[in-house]
Amino acid sequence: MIRNSASEMASKLASGEITSVALTQAHLDQISAVDKDVHAFLHVDTEGALAQAAAVDAKRKSGEKLSPLAGVPLALKDVMTQKGIPTTCGSKILEGWRPPYDSTVVVNLKKNDIVILGKTNMDEFAMGSSTENSAYGPTHNPWDLTRIPGGSGGGSAAALAAFEAPLAIGTDTGGSIRQPAAVTGTVGVKPTYGGVSRYGLVAFSSSLDQAGPCARTVLDAALLHEAIAGHDPKDSTSINAPVPAVVAAAKAGNVKGMKIGVVKELNGDGYQKGVRARFEESLELLAAAGAEIVEVSAPNFEYALAAYYLIAPSECSSNLARFDAMRYGLRVGDNDGASAESVMNLTREVGFGREVKRRIILGTYALSSGYYDAYYGSAQKVRTLITQDFNKAFEKADVLVSPTCPTTAFKIGEKANDPLAMYLNDIATIPVNMAGIGGMSLPSGVAEEDGLPVGFQIMSPVMKDDRMYSVGAALEAALLSKWGAPLLSTIPALAGSK
Amino acid sequence: MSLTYEEVVAKYEPVLGLEVHVELNTNSKMFCGCSTIFGAEPNTQTCPVCLALPGALPTVNEKAIESTIKIGLALNCSIAPFSRFARKNYFYPDMPKNFQISQYDEPICVNGYVDVEIETDEGPKVFRIEVERVHMEEDTGKSLHVGGATGRIHGAEYSLLDYNRAGIPLVEIVTKIVPGTGKYAPEVAKAYVAELRDILRSLGVSDVKMEQGSLRCDANVSLRLIGSDVLGTRSETKNVNSLRSVERAIRGEMIRHAERLNNGERVVQETRHFQEDTGLTRSGRSKEQAEDYRYFPEPDLVPVAPDAAWIEQLRAALPERPSIHRKRLQEQWAVPDKEMSAMINADVLDVVEATVALGADPAKARSWWLGEISRIANEKDVAIKNLPISATDVAEIVALVNAGELTDKLARQVVEGVIAGEGKPSAVIAIRGIKVVNDDSALMAAIERACSGQPETAQKVRDGHLPAAGALIGMVMKDTKGQADAAKVRALLLAHLGQSEG
Repeated sequence: MIRNSASEMASKLASGEITSVALTQAHLDQISAVDKDVHAFLHVDTEGALAQAAAVDAKRKSGEKLSPLAGVPLALKDVMTQKGIPTTCGSKILEGWRPPYDSTVVVNLKKNDIVILGKTNMDEFAMGSSTENSAYGPTHNPWDLTRIPGGSGGGSAAALAAFEAPLAIGTDTGGSIRQPAAVTGTVGVKPTYGGVSRYGLVAFSSSLDQAGPCARTVLDAALLHEAIAGHDPKDSTSINAPVPAVVAAAKAGNVKGMKIGVVKELNGDGYQKGVRARFEESLELLAAAGAEIVEVSAPNFEYALAAYYLIAPSECSSNLARFDAMRYGLRVGDNDGASAESVMNLTREVGFGREVKRRIILGTYALSSGYYDAYYGSAQKVRTLITQDFNKAFEKADVLVSPTCPTTAFKIGEKANDPLAMYLNDIATIPVNMAGIGGMSLPSGVAEEDGLPVGFQIMSPVMKDDRMYSVGAALEAALLSKWGAPLLSTIPALAGSK
Repeated sequence: MSLTYEEVVAKYEPVLGLEVHVELNTNSKMFCGCSTIFGAEPNTQTCPVCLALPGALPTVNEKAIESTIKIGLALNCSIAPFSRFARKNYFYPDMPKNFQISQYDEPICVNGYVDVEIETDEGPKVFRIEVERVHMEEDTGKSLHVGGATGRIHGAEYSLLDYNRAGIPLVEIVTKIVPGTGKYAPEVAKAYVAELRDILRSLGVSDVKMEQGSLRCDANVSLRLIGSDVLGTRSETKNVNSLRSVERAIRGEMIRHAERLNNGERVVQETRHFQEDTGLTRSGRSKEQAEDYRYFPEPDLVPVAPDAAWIEQLRAALPERPSIHRKRLQEQWAVPDKEMSAMINADVLDVVEATVALGADPAKARSWWLGEISRIANEKDVAIKNLPISATDVAEIVALVNAGELTDKLARQVVEGVIAGEGKPSAVIAIRGIKVVNDDSALMAAIERACSGQPETAQKVRDGHLPAAGALIGMVMKDTKGQADAAKVRALLLAHLGQSEG
């Protein structure tokens, strides 16, 4: 039952073939069986999930009209607040904190009767590409437990690949949904910036952060997308416009006559051979499905990574200032007579990990008077140039495509001491965040040389998220008929997995 | 060496810069829905947003934007078609986010002015104070430092934090530098703050209570030698909380600066704290090294882009400017300058105007509010507006006196009763059983008026020239609209002036 897609589970729930309690219990059992190896979860809310599932079953029994995903379980990235449930953001500084309020995403999940199983592991405050930066230990890639599951949302992606949950919520600041999806053979979508409310998403970089759906199929992602998206008056940057018709697009999966632009700069040197091969193959399949493949150029993308590592740390240096031990979370050194200042300093020293400190320092420096124009100011200009590159490219193509990441999953520990190598992992995903457009990663097979999953990235213009679902669904269908079974059915068995 | 103020202004020219913070009277906070009511139990008016819980986001209070635009328009500013909020980053326990959402290089209102008129040696003179900007920001929480001598964080045993104030909408009004006021600098500054207060009150956007901190002034002062065009080093006196203190603080700082300069010492760039008891300031935080607030545009808020048509609507709906309004009232009421100032200083102008609007004679209305009622307010040590007597009550009392149903003396008892909480004037009259027992009293009042109106005629009668009484009797008859008995008037008048019919 746990190997079904979410939409298959939903129709079995609707027909009465299974109950949400049974489905939820099956996932909780899977978590018990495999999560000691995978470590996708930081907190499992057994009681809450079963109670929520029982409530959905009761509603269904009483004949109430339910939403499409009602009763289907989901894993929530630990960066979203859920009332009463520990929310750590993978950081020691929030250890023990239980939010007194639900994020808007959680409000929407509950409104749609989607069952929340628990909170998933992540790089501390979403800063990282491997989930190694979690203060609570790394998550392991279900394809190979010695490898990283991507990051920052490695927990959510690994939970999907290990069949611990059919749906998950991620957040994507520079690729934190798409890169984990790519390296775990799952689907991850970063909606248009402002498409999903950020209220209750603990901020890393406010102008880049975007919550989105993670799933094992394009249609599942679309169903979850529609459940969580929409205008929220509590988020000033939330877009007040109808949610793009992503479910309809995913169901139709039609690319006939669509122009698909290959971004010249996001391919070639630096990209693993097997990654390029899978990318070329996907392009051929899309062409065969009736799409026109064109090449586009985005000359300013080469500055995207540098600009990102000025903007994101700058915003994070300010966003993370609130963790000062005064009102919630960890408090260190509060002995008799200790000053507020020394308690703040000690708590931040102990509570933040190395990568977080590195970025706070970088950002503080970049915003300092005398450096602001050269760093933050220039980075914002680059951002405008990248947006202009996208605008020009979208004049030539309906969507743009690239490999999601340059390589397949690397070994845990391999890049832990080389931040620059780690940062390069997000080279193809970052431009999407810089321009605030939509981006999706879906599995395009495994690389021949290492047998590990490769992601295919689709980018769509602002609030045209439906386009990437059309293309994603078409490619998924073509690949499925080629493979004969979903990619994840070929995943090596985990110890204890069913 | 101690200098007199005259010595200071003979040698130096003061240059001012005034920053006024105004708490808006919106029902909810700047970036969340929490109540703004003053004086609630600590930390009861908070939510995830104003406590800066992880994940919470600000949203802009539209009413606060409207109020700020109104202020900008009333101060003759241009309203920016596009302005942004910015983060001002610094750590302090009473600031929940450890950054303040403010406006930095893109404020909502710019380039305005306020004209203030003060009395100079050469007569009334208008000084134009140029306004550089008006911007929005949020207030911080409040720290109460317990223990230690000064009530400041240093030396305190512990501190208590109240976040009810965190996020209250503030508007900051910043002037350009103000040179050219010479020896009148303290008075010009006072007049400017008073004018701002009146304008803000007329707009209805703030309580403008300096004593409660809803309007606070930071006064920047520097001195330069007369004739020099190089600015001196300034000091910034913070949170001066009365009009009189604005004047005293600036005068005090001018003298302090001059003494230092004369002694060959330099003025330190720093904040100063004004002390009400001594009228002096004491040193605060050094500003020698500019603090780096690492401002950057607030990414959680979209830019403010008010609709041009809406701005014009707000402009068209602006109330009459208080200073112009006052001039108009003064003309209508034919009040001398001194009396007008007395009303303004006693803060009774609005209530006198309301009383007149209810039918009372301006002179009578003025004399009740400035006289008896002010006296009682002083006695009780409360503000006039906090006494339980309204314009309606006073208008009713004035009408009763005019109708002869009360004498001035009895009317005073009624006023006293109303203020004592006995009810409306009619209730007080009923409860206390006040009535004009002697019908002659109304006539006597008219006779007194006639005599004081024509003192020379009255004197002639006193001197025994009885025929002169006719003119006075005529006045009394006119005053009482012919309803008095002329014979009785004559008898009473002669008795009043010490004469009798031969």
